[in-house]
Amino acid sequence: MEQLLANPYVQPLILTAVIILVFPLVAGYIVLAERKVLADLQVRLGPMRVGPYGVLQPLADALKLMLKEDIIPSRADKWIFWLAPVLSTFTALSAFAVLPLSDRFYVADVNIGILFILAMSSIGALGLILGGWSANSKYSLMGSLRAAAQMVSYEVPLGFATVTAIMCAGTLSMQGVIQSQFERGVWGAFDNFGLMLIPTALFIIAGTAETNRAPFDLPEAESELVAGFHTEYSGFRWALFFLAEYAAIVVISSLCVTLFFGGWLRPFPNVAFLELPLSTVFPVALFALIALGCLKGVPRQAIFGFKLVMLALTGAFLLLAAMFALPVTNEIVIGLFWFVLKLAVMVYLFIWYRGTFPRFRYDQLMDVGWKWLIPISMGGLILNGVVQLLARS
Amino acid sequence: MAATTLVPPPVQDDTFLDSNELVLNMGPQHPSTHGVLRVILKLDGETVLGADCVIGYLHRGVEKIAENRTYQQFAPYVDRMDYVAAVSNGLGYCLAVEKLLDVEIPPRAQAVRVILTELNRLASHLLWLGTHALDIGAITPVFLCFREREEVLSIFEKYCGARLTTHAFRIGGLQYETYDTFEKDCLAVCDLMQEKVKEYHDLLTGNRIWVRRTTGVGILNAADCKDYGVTGPVLRAAGVPWDLRKAQPYSGYEKYDFEIPTAKNGDTFDRYIVRMQEMEQSCRIIRQAVESIPEGPIKGKVGKVIKPPPGEAYVSIEAPKGELGYFVVSDGSLNPYRLRVRPPSFVNLGALDKMCRGTLVADVVAIIGTIDIVLGEVDR
Amino acid sequence: MRAKRPLRRPVKRKPAEMPSAPWEGSVPAALRERFGEAIETTQLLGGQRLAIVDIGAAAGILAMLKNERGFDYLVDVTAVHWPEKEKQFEITWILYSFASNDRVRVKAAVGEGAKAPSATSLYNSANWLEREVYDMFGIEFEDHPDLRRILMPDEWEGFPLRKEYGLIQQDADWVRENLKIESAQ
Repeated sequence: MEQLLANPYVQPLILTAVIILVFPLVAGYIVLAERKVLADLQVRLGPMRVGPYGVLQPLADALKLMLKEDIIPSRADKWIFWLAPVLSTFTALSAFAVLPLSDRFYVADVNIGILFILAMSSIGALGLILGGWSANSKYSLMGSLRAAAQMVSYEVPLGFATVTAIMCAGTLSMQGVIQSQFERGVWGAFDNFGLMLIPTALFIIAGTAETNRAPFDLPEAESELVAGFHTEYSGFRWALFFLAEYAAIVVISSLCVTLFFGGWLRPFPNVAFLELPLSTVFPVALFALIALGCLKGVPRQAIFGFKLVMLALTGAFLLLAAMFALPVTNEIVIGLFWFVLKLAVMVYLFIWYRGTFPRFRYDQLMDVGWKWLIPISMGGLILNGVVQLLARS
Repeated sequence: MAATTLVPPPVQDDTFLDSNELVLNMGPQHPSTHGVLRVILKLDGETVLGADCVIGYLHRGVEKIAENRTYQQFAPYVDRMDYVAAVSNGLGYCLAVEKLLDVEIPPRAQAVRVILTELNRLASHLLWLGTHALDIGAITPVFLCFREREEVLSIFEKYCGARLTTHAFRIGGLQYETYDTFEKDCLAVCDLMQEKVKEYHDLLTGNRIWVRRTTGVGILNAADCKDYGVTGPVLRAAGVPWDLRKAQPYSGYEKYDFEIPTAKNGDTFDRYIVRMQEMEQSCRIIRQAVESIPEGPIKGKVGKVIKPPPGEAYVSIEAPKGELGYFVVSDGSLNPYRLRVRPPSFVNLGALDKMCRGTLVADVVAIIGTIDIVLGEVDR
Repeated sequence: MRAKRPLRRPVKRKPAEMPSAPWEGSVPAALRERFGEAIETTQLLGGQRLAIVDIGAAAGILAMLKNERGFDYLVDVTAVHWPEKEKQFEITWILYSFASNDRVRVKAAVGEGAKAPSATSLYNSANWLEREVYDMFGIEFEDHPDLRRILMPDEWEGFPLRKEYGLIQQDADWVRENLKIESAQ
């Protein structure tokens, strides 16, 4: 056993399996969170029927999608139609391989990790394009054309923003970037006397466009293209596209967190006296409060199943709180905690955009991309380069 | 096999590299054609070269039904045309038949009619705003608008028991006296709306994406509006201060002090602003009408049997969407001999092709939303 | 005690006709001067201006009203079917002038099979409105650029707003073929 665990391939393999198995569930819960947050912005309740407060909704949705009739349009290019969602999901999930979930949880720490992620997200666009093209529907075709143009345009500012961060960190390895932020004692976003805020903002904007999220959701613009590139998809294939989209959101958010917000580092990683309040008291209090909220959320007249699920949730959160209270377990999971928390903030940002902004028009999207984001990101790169050279010499 | 077929034809003119036209069929099942409208778009890339509307999917033959019903029996049918502004439809129909009958409507009934019609204008504009914003991709305003519309509909519900197809008016006046807290409810809605319109302005007017998506889109200038017979907010946004409530007042509108909001450019943004201001003006009219509502009977001198003398009359009102006209021909019998509805949505939609040319696909959706059509009224 | 009611209330008879007065003014005078016999009557029917004209002169009258009298808005084009009359259809154009805030109705009778002049060269709004009249009554408009059915399906038989077309009548063949049901009633 000891020997098996010591094998350098075992831990990555286990982690890979866990990610592939668990991520669909996580994506389901991101969807639930999205629906709940949007509902909150839109003066309504969101899912409330499946399980207490709708907490079991993702399971019901997943079941529904898997049991749905599998429809391939008769005039579609069947193999490509089949391949496209697989390609999208495959590339989006592959990028997880280099994500530094914490100092000990990662599949691989490749020395070109960032490059790998960018490459995978570029290939992911191919899935969208093929999917839209093979369906042999005009709406799909227009959606995929838009996807192609948008991906190409917004990869440039995304790339420039990434290069700026890499330049600041001096490495292409994801763990290395975090390490360098720890050494300099400041998050990437606030480095170079705050000038790094420019690429940070650009990265978030271009990342939103790269993942086809509102207000840049033109490839699937509901109001004009019905559903854009996945108009003809239904059931499980559609679910794969959906999974790919949420995986892409998580990957881009993770990249952003890693490059600019310190990855799995806690805030103020070099200030020693904050160690106890931030690393122990904060998570314990957070999960204890959530557990309390779950307990309080049970109405007196609730049925048994409702109470059971809520009690289970309470128990789970108490367990988490306990995990963070014990120093032994705390040490293992604290990095993951900070990473997921930062990721959650980023995902919330994406949902917030969706609830607030109208959609861009195609020409305006190109306008913003080429006339504003690219010049600004190039300027940001040069400015940061000069400042860094002067400051560090 | 001749190898020459592989050689591309010689370049003869600039159009050699042009892409082919793409014909895109939008609707009748489409998320944002506001019902069963079908638009056949001719596209060059994403640019619209022409739009042909195919309508009639919701045609129920309302005008034919009218010829086979008595005047009172037909009254509820008019609510099913512009079901978003059923009260306005009812008012136009009642006024037309009253014109044939030549009856006086008591002032109290007139005031209540004005209040309910203006409330209905609020409801209609709120629905327009929500769906229009949804078409442009802002998914939140629709829920806020429905929240406020609910308040208006609950007044209708308390007044006559129905929320959407109200049948609130009768030929000759009103069927029901107002309920106890009617005035208070109306004023509360006015207060609420004045506050909420500011909220919508915060959410949309100040949003740069919204402004860019709507400015300069679907321009229809005043001359074109008149040429295409386009009325209502679309005409006013082109700078023509024409409102039937002022031009040819009916139902006592001359007693109230209000303004006709206009704008200059006649684009989607201007139409948005005009409708927003119209909501405020409606509140103003409701306030005045509620404060000056006279006591007295609610029904004029019409018999139980409505049998207008032979003749014809055309009466039109300012519905939320534009000029809503009823042309009624009577042959002296119990049924209208011919009843023609001049629907604002139908005529305004006729200008869609003109407004769409040269815009992008996304704009078509915005333009359909900004004309504010209800397919029940387009198809009748 | 119930109040005594007279057995029969005094019946106030309504006038059998709508109040009508001759329409005098510069517009009817100019019309008469230009078109003479083609103007049958000009009257104020219930206070609304109405000119009954000959169909042959209708196009010229509309053009004159638009170009010289400022009636720049064609509100509506519609028709009424009178099967007993010799000329079965009455076409009504409703015009409005923004400048003078006036509304005028121009009415002309057309026989079955005869063509009516199209107003599309004067007003773009006439396009759809005339299509609807054609769709519902089968009246054809001369020089209309695009005279197709507009509300009914293209292949539909019959014209629904004609009086002989019953309320529950339908194009059974069309219904069977397109809706795959025996009857829509």
